[in-house]
Parts: sequence; C-alpha cells; structure tokens
Amino acid sequence: MSLTESILAGNRLSISRLLTQVENDSVEGRAALSKLFPHTGKAHLIGVTGAPGTGKSSLVNQLAQYYRKNEDRKIAIVAVDPSSPFTGGAVLGDRVRMRDLSGDEGVFIRSMATRGSLGGIAQTTASFTQVFDAAGFEIIIIETVGAGQSEVDIARLAHTTLVVEAPGLGDDIQAIKAGILEVADILVINKADRPGVEITERALRSTLELAHPTKRVYRHHGQSMSVPTVQSDMETLWIPPIHKTVSTEGKGITELAESITKHAAYIRQSGDWVARDRARLGSELDALIRAELMSRFLENIQQTKYDEVVEKVLNRSLSPYEAVNFLVNGKISQRKKGEGQEDRRRDVTTSSS
Amino acid sequence: MTEKKIRVLVAKPGLDGHDRGAKVVARALRDAGMEVIYTGLRQTPEMIAEAALQEDVDVVGLSILSGAHMALAPRIMELLKANGQDDVKVFIGGIVPDEDMPRLREMGITGIYGPGASTDDIIKDVREAVQP
Repeated sequence: MSLTESILAGNRLSISRLLTQVENDSVEGRAALSKLFPHTGKAHLIGVTGAPGTGKSSLVNQLAQYYRKNEDRKIAIVAVDPSSPFTGGAVLGDRVRMRDLSGDEGVFIRSMATRGSLGGIAQTTASFTQVFDAAGFEIIIIETVGAGQSEVDIARLAHTTLVVEAPGLGDDIQAIKAGILEVADILVINKADRPGVEITERALRSTLELAHPTKRVYRHHGQSMSVPTVQSDMETLWIPPIHKTVSTEGKGITELAESITKHAAYIRQSGDWVARDRARLGSELDALIRAELMSRFLENIQQTKYDEVVEKVLNRSLSPYEAVNFLVNGKISQRKKGEGQEDRRRDVTTSSS
Repeated sequence: MTEKKIRVLVAKPGLDGHDRGAKVVARALRDAGMEVIYTGLRQTPEMIAEAALQEDVDVVGLSILSGAHMALAPRIMELLKANGQDDVKVFIGGIVPDEDMPRLREMGITGIYGPGASTDDIIKDVREAVQP
C-alpha cells in the first residue's frame, strides 16, 4: 500500500510520519501533500485562540469529548506551542490537559512548535490540517500559541474561530483594540465560575455593539480586500455569541458546541465558507511563491556579494531599499544631487563590477 | 525552518507524583534545541505509546521513581513495537537499582539515569542515539 493510500485509509503511523515530513518541509512531504490535496476540503476547521492561561487546552479537551460522545465524528487536534527564539527548542505541554481523550481511536492529537512563526500558528499548520482532512477527520481543532493580541493567522486558516477570554484579564479598552477580538466568530468566557465574569461579559458585549456590523476583510496578495458575503442584511448577519464555560467541570460546553454547529451552517449558507477557503488557499499560494522566489534568488547570488552589500548597509553607504534594488535588479538607484552621496555611489558601482 | 528537530516525549508512567526530575530534563532538552512533548503525571503505558505514535517522536524519556520500572518499561516497549515504532529510543530516569539495569538494557532501553546524572550527559546520549 502506498503512503497516500494508507493515509486515506486512516493509518495512524503513516499519518504521524507524514506530519513529520510535512513539518520538515521535505520533498517526500510535499509530494504526498500534492497527492492528498484532491481529497481535502471536507473538514470543519475550528480555531481556538486567546491569551495564555485562559484554558484553551481544557476547552479543546471538553469540546472533543463532546463531539465524540454526541456526534461520533473523527477529531484531530493540532496544538501549537512556541519555539524558543534562542535555541529553537520547545516544550509542548498541551497534551497534559487532554488526557481524557487518550485511548480513543477516533481522536488524533498532534503537538507542534511554531519554529519561528509569529502569528500564533506554525508555517506548516495549514498543511497539517490538509493531512488530517484527507485522512477522514471531519473536525479539526487548531489550538494556537496564545501569546497575545496579534494572533490573527488562525482566522485565515479556520472556518470558525473561537476567542477564549477569562475573567480579570483586561478592561473594556482591551476589548476595543483591533486584532484578536475582531477575528472571533464565537467568544468564550472560560473559568466563568471566577469573580469578575459579569465585567468581562459586559465589556465584550459592549465591544460587539460598537463594532457590528463589520464586513469581513481578508488579506490577499498582501492587500486587504473585503469579500462581500452573499447576504448582508441585518437579520442574517452573524453576531458572535458570547458563551460562558467552566471547562474543568464541563459546564456550558453543549451550548458552545451547538453554537459552533450553527456557525458552520451559517457560513455554508452565506457563501462565507467558500470565501474563507479561497482567501486561505490564496494566501497559502502567496507564501509558497514568496518562499520559491526567495530560494531562487538565493541560488543565483554569490554569498560574498551578498555579504558585501550587507556590509555597505551596515556602514550606512546603502539604504536597505537601495540594497534590495541592487541585489534584485542589479541597479543602483539614483539619489538626488546635493545629498553628498556621489562618492559612495561610485564606490558601490566599482565594487560590483 | 526546514531543519529536522529531535522530538522527545517526556512521560511519567505509574503512580508517584514526583515530576521535578521530568521537568528538569524536559527543560534541559528544550534548551538543547529539541522539541519536547510533555505529558504530565500518572500516564499508563497505553497512553504513553499512543502519544509517542501521534507525535512521531524519536525518543521517549520515562521518569519512574515508584520502583515499578520492571512492570512499566517492558509493557511500554511491547506497545511501541506493536505500533511499528521499534526505532524509537527509550530512556529511563529515576530510581533504578543496579541489579535491574542489565535486564532493562536487554529489553532495549537505551539509557538509564539515576540521581545526580548530568543533563549534559543525557543530551549527548540522546543526540548520539538518534544519529542516523
């Protein structure tokens, strides 16, 4: 049986090994992803993000249990934790909160480190979801790093994004800030048995009242572009519901799961599902093109020449923009006269010839 | 970003609750640039084998201070083999009497570390064990 066939058949060891290949961006990994790609596009991707300590892992644990008990669908969980920027190492600890899920063949948990990515998920997280999708996992839950306010990559990847808050983490100004709250399709106040839950709820509710209705804007080709939804009248507009949960006790999980199902139905019906898929695949393509061009550029350039230019930028005789123009187009951009840069320019030209 | 990382599962099978050692080792391996999956206390051999499978680790580190190593380790080795992961290297840290060591090595345990073992040695041994 070929690797692709055994993935499609759901062989766990093959899935696991392929994920490693994909994570290391190997040639085999890429080839297998290409073969599996036609089989993807069926799964519901659920993103879970929010500040550290809000209980994302516990919530994912509860949600997965709920789905296994009530809907009998196969579930994959991709849990992302940060890599150390200094050593590249990582401690991935999300499994600690998911021990209830062990022993269930219908659940596959995979931890991954960000390996230098900053948006809360790793570069290969999207590819991971494709492997699981092809292997027949119908629900894929992606848990982000949880580092802070700029963790919005998840909204580009997931169909439904949950933003998890906890009482006592910030006031209403935090709630107005752009970024993480805006990406929420569903808001969850976890640890709702703690004091201060009403304040958090009020802050979130008033933010929603201030902000809605907003048109959803996707970034594509490096630019923001708004994707008009098929229906945009007030009655059918999705307003993120706020759910209160206590994930250690399983409280509020049923309502949350129902809300997620409702959101999936809503975006399928409104055309948003396809729009999100298009935006996601578009930005994935962009990233791949960027990487390809970069590696082609690096192939064609001599390391010594490159180092020389860096040196010139360092001693301020070239600006980074001029350096790029020189390296990519082989040109020295003309500076205006009277800036006293004549001699430096000549210096660059001679050394490059 | 495409460099291969050593992935290690650090697990505590059995019923003792002393996880300081496991955490120190996890931290040291992280600082050596490895990706460490930490599973927490009181794992059954089945849970450990399952996690090793899902995470496709190169190495499993077991922390056992309860004295149950002669019951836990063979079972874990058996399950890893059953899952097709014979190539995974297994290390044990904790309290292991000298007379048990030969038998543990016989069943395929790569390294055994007692109190006072240096993390540098552990890192070195892990790296050597996973060299292709």
